[in-house]
Amino acid sequence: MKLTLKIWRQENAKTKGAMKTYQIDGIDGDMSFLEMLDVLNEDLINKGEIPVEFDHDCREGICGSCSLQINGEPHGPDRLVTTCQLHMRKFNDGDTIVIEPFRATAFPVVTDLIVDRSSFDRIQQAGGYISVNTSGNTVDANAIPIKKENADDAFYAATCIGCGACVAACKNASAMLFTSAKVSQFALLPQGEIEATERVENMVRQMDLEGFGNCTNTGACEIECPKGISLENIARMNREYLSAVSKG
Amino acid sequence: MGIISSSIARKVAMALSGLFLVLFLGQHFTINLTSTFSPETFNEISHFMGTNFLVQAILQPVLIFGVIFHFVMGFILEIRNRSARKINYVRYDGNANSTWVSRNMIYSGVAILAFLGLHFYDFWFPEIVHKYIESNPADATRYYGELVEKFESPVRTGLYVLAFVFLALHLFHGFASSFQSVGFNNKYATALKKFAKFYAIAIPAGFVFIALFHHFNH
Amino acid sequence: MSELKSNIPDGPLADKWTQHKNDINLVNPANKRNIDVIVVGTGLAGGSAAATLAELGYNVKTFCYQDSPRRAHSIAAQGGINAAKNYQGDGDSNYRLFYDTVKGGDYRSREANVYRLAEVSGNIIDQCVAQGVPFAREYGGLLDNRSFGGVLVSRTFYAKGQTGQQLLLGAYSAMNRQINRGKITPYNRHEMLDLVLVDGKARGIIARDLVTGEIERHSAHAVVLASGGYGNVFFLSTNAMGSNVMAAWRAHRRGAYFANPCYTQIHPTCIPVSGDHQSKLTLMSESLRNDGRIWVPKKKEDAIAIREGKKKPTDLSEEERDYYLERRYPAFGNLVPRDVASRAAKERCDAGYGVNKTGEAVYLDFKSAIMRYGKEEALISGNHNPTDQEIYNYGKKVVENKYGNLFQMYEKIVDEDPYKTPMMIYPAVHYTMGGLWVDYNLQTTIPGCYAAGEANFSDHGANRLGASALMQGLADGYFVLPYTIGDYLSKDIRTGKIPTDSPEFDQAEKDVRDRMTKLMNGSGKHSVDYYHKKLGKIMWNKCGMARNAKELEEAMDEIAALRADFWANVKVTGTLNSKNAELEKAGRVADFLELGELFAKDALTRNESCGGHFREEYQTPEGEALRDDENFSFVSAWEYNANPREAKLHKEELTFENIEVKTRSYK
Repeated sequence: MKLTLKIWRQENAKTKGAMKTYQIDGIDGDMSFLEMLDVLNEDLINKGEIPVEFDHDCREGICGSCSLQINGEPHGPDRLVTTCQLHMRKFNDGDTIVIEPFRATAFPVVTDLIVDRSSFDRIQQAGGYISVNTSGNTVDANAIPIKKENADDAFYAATCIGCGACVAACKNASAMLFTSAKVSQFALLPQGEIEATERVENMVRQMDLEGFGNCTNTGACEIECPKGISLENIARMNREYLSAVSKG
Repeated sequence: MGIISSSIARKVAMALSGLFLVLFLGQHFTINLTSTFSPETFNEISHFMGTNFLVQAILQPVLIFGVIFHFVMGFILEIRNRSARKINYVRYDGNANSTWVSRNMIYSGVAILAFLGLHFYDFWFPEIVHKYIESNPADATRYYGELVEKFESPVRTGLYVLAFVFLALHLFHGFASSFQSVGFNNKYATALKKFAKFYAIAIPAGFVFIALFHHFNH
Repeated sequence: MSELKSNIPDGPLADKWTQHKNDINLVNPANKRNIDVIVVGTGLAGGSAAATLAELGYNVKTFCYQDSPRRAHSIAAQGGINAAKNYQGDGDSNYRLFYDTVKGGDYRSREANVYRLAEVSGNIIDQCVAQGVPFAREYGGLLDNRSFGGVLVSRTFYAKGQTGQQLLLGAYSAMNRQINRGKITPYNRHEMLDLVLVDGKARGIIARDLVTGEIERHSAHAVVLASGGYGNVFFLSTNAMGSNVMAAWRAHRRGAYFANPCYTQIHPTCIPVSGDHQSKLTLMSESLRNDGRIWVPKKKEDAIAIREGKKKPTDLSEEERDYYLERRYPAFGNLVPRDVASRAAKERCDAGYGVNKTGEAVYLDFKSAIMRYGKEEALISGNHNPTDQEIYNYGKKVVENKYGNLFQMYEKIVDEDPYKTPMMIYPAVHYTMGGLWVDYNLQTTIPGCYAAGEANFSDHGANRLGASALMQGLADGYFVLPYTIGDYLSKDIRTGKIPTDSPEFDQAEKDVRDRMTKLMNGSGKHSVDYYHKKLGKIMWNKCGMARNAKELEEAMDEIAALRADFWANVKVTGTLNSKNAELEKAGRVADFLELGELFAKDALTRNESCGGHFREEYQTPEGEALRDDENFSFVSAWEYNANPREAKLHKEELTFENIEVKTRSYK
């Protein structure tokens, strides 16, 4: 395959960036999108140019490092995959591919295609945990039975990989899906109930402080989420928030 | 103001004010519909609404507040949301993951707001002038005539029809989405959302029907 | 350097840990506030250690090269975590978990450490559930278990195919709680480049801010290395792209012994290599072997026909298939330990029965599992006369529920539907049992420098059993290290803050800068990846699943030559003072180029076959591994030498008092 790549290049957070066009040849359908970028970078290095910086690590769709807005969609045109699992067979010979960093005020660009997603960490730090000491001196794991459906729903919410695709896809750059996934995980488990009020208030407050937009229920986040995190989580968080506020 | 202190509170406020307006639309539609088969009933109800103290002194201000709140909040949200992404994508394929209407509520909303201006100019201001400024004597039979007269003009009728199309677009996303915003998500939610989508089409379509009915029946 | 003292407490096996905890010194809470601890790596071991140390009151700094602690590669662990809870009532116990682990490790691990691991395993599950980790549950609301390779009980707790993710997010949430309290300062996108010793004790690190390129000094009273394994020395592995040996290797260069580098786990169920462009390999959880049956065609013609695309696997009847694991190991069948399963796959493929284009793949087939579950499910749903299609549909749903995400992952990568056609799998480098040598307290041979999780060598011997890595990482981090480190730190309560302007820090920073400048100044012939791929090829071909003396010697020479070439000719683009992925890679590959040679040397020294280390010269007539307990029942701990082949060997003899050492048999 022969491709034309339009890639956002930006030296660092302080400089201005711009799109740059590259031609690339010899791309195989079995390559992942990141392996295609590896080929480009090898080319650039051999030519003495600076390779394109992008976040990636596990390359099996679980670490949440890789990002990239590909042809206007986070993680590209395929569904339920991260960029590292997107394969070039989804593209055709001669295609032009536009590659940009995830855009949000709360995700400032670090360099090229790398953005700073520490705002997500800070939302978690504001309350995305159960305040239990790690001594191991808790009750037996089977002391509190949990309904399978609730355990399963909590699990599905917890499979969020924190990649930021929800924010990138949302026209408002809202982080509601991310935040609600964590709130939901704990809201569905008896262990999480005790701190439910403070948790949702603190996490939402931090989310707002970080400068994410408001949710307007377009549903783009759910469609683009590589893990298929459901919009139900947002409804649940709205509910949790209302009940927290009503408790004062 | 406490109510806009958090993104979720704003979202809920938007949903609740929207739901209130949706309710009002239903009521407005029902009254108007009577004009197509019984001018007498229409006159009667209109007279009641226009002269009843509760409606005029309580419901009407609440409604106006609801409208203003809804659109002012809409603008606030829009400004905030724009600042959440200061640098735009070179390429953004919104259609891949969401509907056009859901992404463009601000535009359908602005169109409806413009229509409200026209609508007030047509009916509400003359009404206020008639009743409270000129202090004309009450006439329980004038409403039907005034209504029909307005739909003589094909331009106005066209504008009304266009506005109802925008209203449908706005409601199509807004009504169903308000349930999500208030956290309503149980086994009835799917059915309710279906109803909301039906309502979003049916009510504006009904208004279109009424407008065209009077235009062509004239 | 000191001689190897494992510091195993006296007393009966089952009491050692309790007794030890009673005997060691503690630090009072007021003093803990004055003590700093650095934790490098934020996976299961590092994350849990950091959270617990901070909770105890120490000031903790964490370092990870990823943009968030949550992305450490522990997150990719799929199948599960073992614990001797005996919830299934199938005869499990601490002793049995201990026994299975020692046996699975082919009697090359330290008894006392493994027993402690088994002892705290139950606590891990309690702890994780309390943290809100959503383990799989049964309809009654209690926790579910599955079985894993090499054992005869169901003791593996899991969260679908994302157990590592859920456990890591649990540890990360415990960290977040401490970050929120100000007790942990996280340094993300930072890489440790050197360990700083003051008066022979680990007193800090030199780290690079990967965004700005700034070289930073960080001091502490103790340093914990939880930086994972070194599987990426093979270039292609199931490790993350960034996984590296740098932190451990720099400690090794400063005096920490490196133990058993040749013990590498080649995982039997990975997606086969598809071409030269391949950058990494993807694991398919071992849990799949619970239900999948592994086979190759019985007749070579069929294998050839399949390779050429003339036949499909589904064309072959039951009689035409060779379920070679079930044939060779009737007792354990498809659930033999990983090393055994991997070698068996290699044996079949080498013999010409491999099935994909390259001839390096075997089938993992779910057809019979789907039908078996389907029948059961049909009955449960009250359908007593189901058609085959109905049975298949019921069964598919069950399998989907158990392994859905893995099947989806497979389909995305290979572009084939594994519900319809059997998966193709082949062994790939997955985990390294070797690592920094540590004593019972997890302290390396450098005082004050600790190693936890995959970075140390302690618990898995020559082969790790499935679902034991998560157990070990969390055991080290939550329950072992926080106690044992206190004993060391109790002597530091009057030390005060460690200054970073000492000559030792100056020198360490200078060393780091010189090294990086040298990397930047290569002649610029070849990219870093070029060298990494070459190294990987040497490692895989000559130090892989089967090794022999001749090839190991060749490997040592080739790696030494490659290393020299690397330092002279590598091309690193960009600058020192910016985000520079090439520079990061170069530093890591430089270390792999030293480790690789030591790895080969270690394999060459160990004249026996055990666990993941298989020497062709030492096998039974049936091709099973032949251990030599008389001469090789020891841990090889290597003392650093700039020329790895000159590294000095120190031996820690292994004694087994509570377990009978015998030939491992899974037949």
